[in-house]
Amino acid sequence: MGEDRVETLNRTQNPREWLATVLVWGAATLVTAIFSWLLGDILWHGLSHISWAFLTAPPENAGRRGGIGPILVSTALILGVCLAVSLPIGIGTAILLAEFTSAQSLFGRVTRRSLDVLAGVPSIVVGLFGNAFFCKALGLGFSILSGGLTLACMVLPILIRSTEEGFRAVPVSYRLSAASLGLSRTTTLLHLLLPAAVPSLLVGLVLGIGRAIAETAALIFTSGYVDRMPESLLDSGRALSIHIFDLSMNVSGGDANAYASSLVLVVLLLAINGTASWLANYGLHRKIVTI
Amino acid sequence: MPIEPIAESRPQHPFNGEPADCKSHLFIDVNRLSLHYGEKPAFQDVSMSIKKGCITALVGPSGCGKTSFLTCLNRLTDLIAGCRVSGRITLDSLDVLAPQADVIRLRRRIGMIFQKPNPFPLSIRRNLEFPLREHGLRDRQQIAQRVETALRDVGLWDEVKDRLGSPALTLSGGQQQRLCIARALALSPEMLLMDEPCSALDPLSSGVVEDLIVNLRGRYTILIVTHNLAQARRIADYAAVFWVQNGAGRLIETGTARQVFDEPRDPLTAAYISGMRG
Repeated sequence: MGEDRVETLNRTQNPREWLATVLVWGAATLVTAIFSWLLGDILWHGLSHISWAFLTAPPENAGRRGGIGPILVSTALILGVCLAVSLPIGIGTAILLAEFTSAQSLFGRVTRRSLDVLAGVPSIVVGLFGNAFFCKALGLGFSILSGGLTLACMVLPILIRSTEEGFRAVPVSYRLSAASLGLSRTTTLLHLLLPAAVPSLLVGLVLGIGRAIAETAALIFTSGYVDRMPESLLDSGRALSIHIFDLSMNVSGGDANAYASSLVLVVLLLAINGTASWLANYGLHRKIVTI
Repeated sequence: MPIEPIAESRPQHPFNGEPADCKSHLFIDVNRLSLHYGEKPAFQDVSMSIKKGCITALVGPSGCGKTSFLTCLNRLTDLIAGCRVSGRITLDSLDVLAPQADVIRLRRRIGMIFQKPNPFPLSIRRNLEFPLREHGLRDRQQIAQRVETALRDVGLWDEVKDRLGSPALTLSGGQQQRLCIARALALSPEMLLMDEPCSALDPLSSGVVEDLIVNLRGRYTILIVTHNLAQARRIADYAAVFWVQNGAGRLIETGTARQVFDEPRDPLTAAYISGMRG
């Protein structure tokens, strides 16, 4: 009887398993194919235009010719402002949420829910808010500072939630053993919990930077279009994503430079991603263990 | 304090009458201690005294509040939300539960070893150095000396002296537990609270840790929770039996280990010891 059952099971399961295998592999192939096609297209059209001169020279003729030097500088500055603001606020809030408020407390629940809603706000809305608040109300105008601060508003929810999860994932036993050795809360936080939460912080950071560096809608209203080399944080500056948007939508004959700029953006994203995962896996892990 | 090397053989336990190598001075006095998690009582109305330099074993079935009792003594209960402790604990003349008591200092005097070894994800050396530095020891030589002494004390020095820089988590379970004991000893505590320190270890490592505990007798006051009655019988000078009554843990019997294990007064204890209950 036992053998009979095995036989029937095999017969009915085989076609289904086969179908499941095909579906799973099919889905994976599709995703990979789309990504490869996208990357291949950008590489094919963009790679021949990449040169040192392209990376450093200012754009000419509305971007049809010339390079992206000032645009790279503006992008870096916007990103710098965004990180300088969001990292301390993000880590601080995450610590407060994870270590000093219980998961069920009203304050914790309200803050967490607000962050989740904030993370889902469309970027165009964040852009309009940035324009109304930073550019107009605070009088910062169309500037790199306004753009960076607006991006910080977008990055913060992702960064905070990811870092908070990192703190919560640290085993309770660390906290108990640290306390039983008479270590203060601050010491435990700085020397044990923070290092243990760094990988999650990096994940949040990569997701956040990924969102920030590729952001267009929020920056159109805040950091502006000007493609000159910025002289201060209060100057308007054009981010890479806006440059790509402008070249492909508003400038006829700008396709070649749009492709090249896209390639630079993609390479930047991949580099940031790679560095972060390398740091999380090797660099920091090693450091935490052997100091 | 000079620290003698650990004996190779298992020391014979003096089972006749009053324990020999502990001083029978009162170290901690617990008076009508109760602990509630929210509305639920973990244990109620526990009064007992713990003698200096002796090994006191807490035994009893699971869920009768033995571990909760341990965490009251070093105020680890402060970390648990919704946890309420009432009663009185006196260490020398210190009122342990007083809100103004210096908890950091208290925890330095009373070390704790947990059921599952929990070294920090740092190197072997840093696991011991880090708490020392935090407690204000700066002198490198002194720190190195203390690290070595503590590791020798738990019999780990010869096993790890050539790889102090490697991660503590690469040690075996038994070695990790001895490292945790060394980490507590490095701070020169007066007392060690041990929460089933051998239960997560294989029999061989468990034996090594048990021998180590016996060797600490006299120098440290030890309060150990164990489910292993044979172990309690082997190592303890005094024993306390916890039992669940009316939904809360209670202390049903205390006395010298010999008296509790050989001539229990309470019928529940007798049934538990003989393996018929619990």
